[in-house]
Parts: sequence; C-alpha cells; structure tokens
Amino acid sequence: MKSGSNLEKILKAGHFAFTGEVGPPRGANVEALREKVSYLKGNVDMANITDNQTAMVRMSSWAASIICMQEGVEPNFQMVCRDRNRLAMQADILGAYAHGIRNMLCLSGDHQQFGDHPQSKGVFDLDSMQLIGMVKKMRDEGKFLGGADIDGPPELFIGAAANPFAEPFEWRVHRLAKKVAAGADFVQTQCVFNMERIRAWVAQANDMGLTDKVAILPGITPMKSVGMAKYMKNKVPGMDVPDEIIKRLQGVDKKNVADEGIKIACEQIEEFKEMKGVAGVHLMAIEWEHKVPEIAERAGVLPRPEV
Amino acid sequence: MIVAERKPFDEIKNMVSGYKKVLTVGCGTCVAVCLAGGSKEVETLNAELNLAFGKDKIEFGAETVERQCDMEFLAELDAKADEYDALISMACGAGIQFLAERFPNKPVFPAVNTSFIGVNLDVGWYEEKCRACGTCVLGLTGGICPVTLCAKSLFNGPCGGTNQKSCEIDKDQPCAWYKIHERLAGQDRLGQIIEISPPNDWSNQKPRKVIQPGYEERVKALGR
Repeated sequence: MKSGSNLEKILKAGHFAFTGEVGPPRGANVEALREKVSYLKGNVDMANITDNQTAMVRMSSWAASIICMQEGVEPNFQMVCRDRNRLAMQADILGAYAHGIRNMLCLSGDHQQFGDHPQSKGVFDLDSMQLIGMVKKMRDEGKFLGGADIDGPPELFIGAAANPFAEPFEWRVHRLAKKVAAGADFVQTQCVFNMERIRAWVAQANDMGLTDKVAILPGITPMKSVGMAKYMKNKVPGMDVPDEIIKRLQGVDKKNVADEGIKIACEQIEEFKEMKGVAGVHLMAIEWEHKVPEIAERAGVLPRPEV
Repeated sequence: MIVAERKPFDEIKNMVSGYKKVLTVGCGTCVAVCLAGGSKEVETLNAELNLAFGKDKIEFGAETVERQCDMEFLAELDAKADEYDALISMACGAGIQFLAERFPNKPVFPAVNTSFIGVNLDVGWYEEKCRACGTCVLGLTGGICPVTLCAKSLFNGPCGGTNQKSCEIDKDQPCAWYKIHERLAGQDRLGQIIEISPPNDWSNQKPRKVIQPGYEERVKALGR
C-alpha cells in the first residue's frame, strides 16, 4: 500500500470505484459544507474537494477536506498550480497529510482570468506534471523537491486529471502516459459525454499497458437541463458534448429532462463497469450533491464495499 | 525588440503638472521601431502637452537619443538636462531607469508602459515572444515558447482547457502546446515532448547581470 487510503484499498481489492465531488463554500459556512458532504456519506468511496475552482475564492481545499473527513467521507484534496509556489505546495501537502488526508489530485487550475480576481498573478511555478512528480518524490524518496530529507514523508495516493477529448486526439494517450511516468496512481477524466472517444482512448491506454499501472476513473456529470448541456458544449473549454446528448434531452418532456440526464449518466456508468481498463467512475454532480444518493442507487453502485 | 505603449495622456499630464520646464526624451531604438517613443512620438506628446497646459505655463523641450539604455548616448544630454526641472522618458523601463540614474537630482517620469519582448507582425502590430525567463527551452519545443505563449507557462503539454486549437483564455489565442505538437510532428520530433521537463529554474526572480566571457577583467577594473 502506498497510502492506505480507502480509494487505494477499494481499487486494490478489485472493486469498481465510485467517487464524488464537493465544492467548498464561498465563505466560512461550515454547515453548508457539512450538508453537501452528508449526501455523499456512504454513497461514494472518496470525495474530491475542489481548490478555488474556476478561479473563484473559496474555503481552502485542505481545510474543507478536514471537515469532509469529520463528516465520515474520505476526501481527495485537490491542488492547483495556479495559486501556490513549490514552497507553499509542499507545506500544504505536509499539513494535509498530518491531518489525515490520504489522497490528492494534482491539477493545473483554470486560468485566473475566469474567476473573481482576474487581475491576480497566476503562480504556475510548477505545472501539474511536475507537481505529480514532486508528491511522488516526497512520498517515495522522503525528500523535498529541493533535495532535503523530509522528517515524516506524506504517504499520499496520487491523482491526476486527463482530458481524452482535446485535439490532437492521438496525443491524448501519450499525455496520460506522461502522467503515469510522473507518478500518478489514479486518473479522473474530464466529464465524459462522447462515449466513442473515451472507448478509443481507453483502448489505446490498454494497448500501451497504462491501465495496469494507473486506475482510470472517467468523469460523469449528469445534465440537469438542456441549457446546461448547451452551456457545457459551447462555453466550457475542453468539453466535448455531442449533439445526440442535447437532442436526447430536448426529446423528453420538460419536467423529465433532469431525469433523462441521470438516465444517460447511469447508462454510461453501466458501460464503464464492463469496460476493460476502467477502474471506476468519478461523479461530478455539480451543485447537485443532494441527488448523489439517488444517482448512486440508480447506477447500481450501492452499497459501497467496506475494505 | 522591446515593445511599449504610450501611457494614457492624463496620467502623463498629472505627473508633470507643477513643473516649469520639462524635457521629453525619446529613444531611437526599440520604442522608435514600435511607434511608442521615438522622435516622432516625442513631438506628438509635446504638442499635446503644450495644448493642454499652454506654452507660458510649462515649457516642453524635446530630445531623442540613439539608445537610453547606453550611458554613452545619455551623456549627450548632460549639458541640456541642467536647464530643466523634470524629465519625461519615452524609452522602455530600462532606458527610463538609466536616464534617472544619469540625472539622479531630476525627477524622471515614464511616458510609456513597457509591454514585452516581441516581434513585428505588421506596421503597428506586435506580438510577445519572450519572457526572458533565463532558461531557454525553445530547442525542445520546436521554437515556440511555452513560458510566454502558454497562459499558464506549462512545460509538459497543454492543460485541460486546451480548446480545439485555442487557449482556454481566448478563442483567438492559439494553444501554445497545440502549436508545439503540430510543429514537432511536422519535423518528426515528437519524442522530445514525451520526456518529462523537470521543474524550471526561475532565474528571473532576482536582479540579473550578464558579463560575457572575456570581459570579466574589464568589469573588475571598472570597479562596478
């Protein structure tokens, strides 16, 4: 075991992992956070705690991760390269580990221009690949990036993100290979809507032997409305929403659109359960945490295994 | 070259109001080429300032030297500067500071914002190309700078926001890593970006000096 995290144990035991996500509050509203987490308890193996997502200031991801743990859900501490230099990153990694955090996700972070402080200086001292490598070095060699020994190395399960949908497509699997070489233990993908693309990408990863080395968890986001689907297609960079999805949502009665969105998500999950090289799914029910119990139930992933 | 843009007129006007005799100093090199601070722009700025203040309130003089980043050329101003109680520099940030160093008793005001190291795309149209990071990786990246042209200065490929061929910050901004991939693919050199680039040495985080090989003794003799 590298970290002994719940997710690591679930994967090691060969179970199909099911992870969730919680965005910390725009303030110190602990009750709101506890409520969001409560919907995930018992329904997911681990919850990603986002780090100033979309470059909006929120409660820090490590602090919200601790609250998540107190509520009985294992957190996945997200860290973006935008807001911290390598000193602050390593300090927060040690602090998070000291408080019992065992998973972390290494990300570039949305550009600061999208958020509520567009004039800020983006740090990007390291990129996500270098961050993965740094966490691995801290864990496996017990050394800081600068080379000095760590007095009590952080034993973390290292996560990375992948976007199988960007162009050029043939490069995408090599991006995954690079993250695996850097030290990623698990990979959560961008929200999947284009199933054809992800099938091809996972097949390439299988062919290159990558899925033996890293656990791939495709991202699932149920569409709440036609408007959301159109927004994600047209406005969110890196998102690939095929027209069939929008047509399918448009094809049902207005009051059934959200239900149809969940149905699509469940169909995707069913396919991933059977897909060689896929170790689980990551559910990003954006501002829809209260629906997670229902989605988990309908996706047939309950009860979550005890490991 | 170094590319600059003239500051908004009111900002310049506010800096010099209250002085009696002001010398506007242009620079004949980069800022002249990019149409921000050469002799022509000095003339234009002075004309605007004269119009705003009236000739009897502030007297504006004009001089343009070959390079404000070179003491040899600044020396040409020694006799003239004494007649003025403030200076405006239309050079880049380096020139402005060297002018201020040459005349430490005179207030020196910048009339331009220094923008970037860039290239000439067409008359009046420039594009940033280099951040002077001090650790050039262009040999690995097909001659396209990821520090400058990737909005996150990523060294190991694009972020998740790469949007077809564009950067997430703007559809009109190409994704630097898309371009790097395209160029290296064309040269059959994709192997170069399969390797992981280690964390960068940000040597531009402290003031830098360069002494070229063979000039160390000379610098020592100058005592600086």
